[in-house]
Amino acid sequence: MARRTTTTHAVVSTGAAWLVGLIIFFPILWMILASFKTELEAFATPPSFLFFEWTTENYGIVQERSDYMHHAMNSLTIAGGSVLIAMLFAIPAAYAMAFAPTERTRGTLLWMLSTKMMPPVGVLVPIYLVFRDLGLLDTRTGLIIVLCLGNLPIVIWMLFTYFKEIPKDILEAARMDGATILKELAFVLTPMAVPGIASTLLLNFILAWNEAFWTLNLSTSNAAPLTVFIASYSSPEGLFWAKLSAASTLAIAPILILGWFSQKQLVRGLTFGAVK
Amino acid sequence: MSTRQTRVLGRVLTAPSVGLLFVWMIVPLAMTIYFSTLRYNLLNPGTEDFIGLENYVYFLTDPAFLASLRNTLVLVGSVLLITVVLGTGVALLIDQPIFGRNIVRLLVIAPFFVMPTVSALVWKNLLMHPVSGLFAWIATSLGLRPIDWFAEMPLFSIILIVSWQWLPFASLILLTALQSLDEEQKEAAEMDGAKAFSTFFYITLPHLARPITVVILIETIFLLTVFAEIFVTTGGGPGLQTTNIAFLIYSQALIQYDVGGASAGGLVAVVLANIVAMFLVRMVGKNLET
Repeated sequence: MARRTTTTHAVVSTGAAWLVGLIIFFPILWMILASFKTELEAFATPPSFLFFEWTTENYGIVQERSDYMHHAMNSLTIAGGSVLIAMLFAIPAAYAMAFAPTERTRGTLLWMLSTKMMPPVGVLVPIYLVFRDLGLLDTRTGLIIVLCLGNLPIVIWMLFTYFKEIPKDILEAARMDGATILKELAFVLTPMAVPGIASTLLLNFILAWNEAFWTLNLSTSNAAPLTVFIASYSSPEGLFWAKLSAASTLAIAPILILGWFSQKQLVRGLTFGAVK
Repeated sequence: MSTRQTRVLGRVLTAPSVGLLFVWMIVPLAMTIYFSTLRYNLLNPGTEDFIGLENYVYFLTDPAFLASLRNTLVLVGSVLLITVVLGTGVALLIDQPIFGRNIVRLLVIAPFFVMPTVSALVWKNLLMHPVSGLFAWIATSLGLRPIDWFAEMPLFSIILIVSWQWLPFASLILLTALQSLDEEQKEAAEMDGAKAFSTFFYITLPHLARPITVVILIETIFLLTVFAEIFVTTGGGPGLQTTNIAFLIYSQALIQYDVGGASAGGLVAVVLANIVAMFLVRMVGKNLET
């Protein structure tokens, strides 16, 4: 910044920005701290900030008593499976729309986006009944199907905005050199598309991991991912703050780390390329 | 480059996705419409009758509908206002020459990645609990009466939690937009003697118009269907004070097993969402043209 930036200005804004950042982050920090307290200390007034007896027993208990790993595996399977399947459908579609657009492409894309406007609660009843009749309630397959379809429009849009930026001249040059469509895909396009595909995967994995409408309504125990598992702590008799915090910390840690890596793509992905 | 061959290939590649989404949209929606004309309760199977529009009359004249419509609008409007205003502030602040900007950005963005059930329960218990929550302790230390958040201002409590979840999104998008603002333009304005105040109103804010529109559009889509936060904290209560449309329909369907009524409600929700979407798209249409 070549403007009249004084040291005072920098110090004041640095202080203010850090303060705001810490306030926003504080609930997460407070939860992580509580996960290392005993139940009594987690509940105590006045609260202790750092000078309590640190313990990791909550983490052990969460795993032992409630089979945390089972739900974590469900989350991984459901989020991972739904995104991978969505990619299988979305990559060809986005490829076609980005590289061979027709007069209908724009309309198709907007229509896909409009399916996202439909509130899930509008189709809760039929989906629930169909799942009940097909035996898909509380199964991972069922959740994979629903989350895959729910995220498909976002996946296609994200891929489309990435593919659109790959220069077409390169493809034409390859074609002139006699490359077939398959060769073109394998040797020219794929290497250039990998970063976009990776960010799409990452962001949609995060969205699916945190999805909490369908998972809460369509699963109870067997296929319950972490969102549902954490919700079981909401019962009034289950006021175990330290254990709730330990389970929550475990549930959000991997996503927080993945999310921090993908924050640049987040802006692009969630705004459908409208803000870069 | 759209030769006949590529056009056919393009259609073949797009067809599976289009087909899937079409089925995903049309079949359940058609079923919702069909169910909404039946008297159909899962507790009394085999007694389904065609009753025309009775479910709609019942749903729309139910006082619960108006209450939940009001709650939905208050929730969406408040969260939009809070996140856009605070988000602009946060973005402007982080855009200043500060030390450790990347770390501050990580701190600010973090809540967005926390799953809704976790953020709702952590806020409800660890922070907002009337006796042992941190807010209660702060209030007592300052000599104030601790607030029993979920009893005294339940809807506002939900608004607070949801705003915390969406503030990072608004901040990050507005920050990204700010960073693309031409530094020279601001400099020139300052050389011409513009005060920080007028630089903000005449240069920064117009530049932010488009990203703010995008934030409003996308947040609205998600905020109209806030569910998990209500599900794990208040269960829609006390009374109907925190029941939004999504929660009302859920409780009709999966608590009262009233398939017909819930379907009518679901269709009303779809219509409402479409009205909002149309309104928004028209309002922002110009802004979004690329």
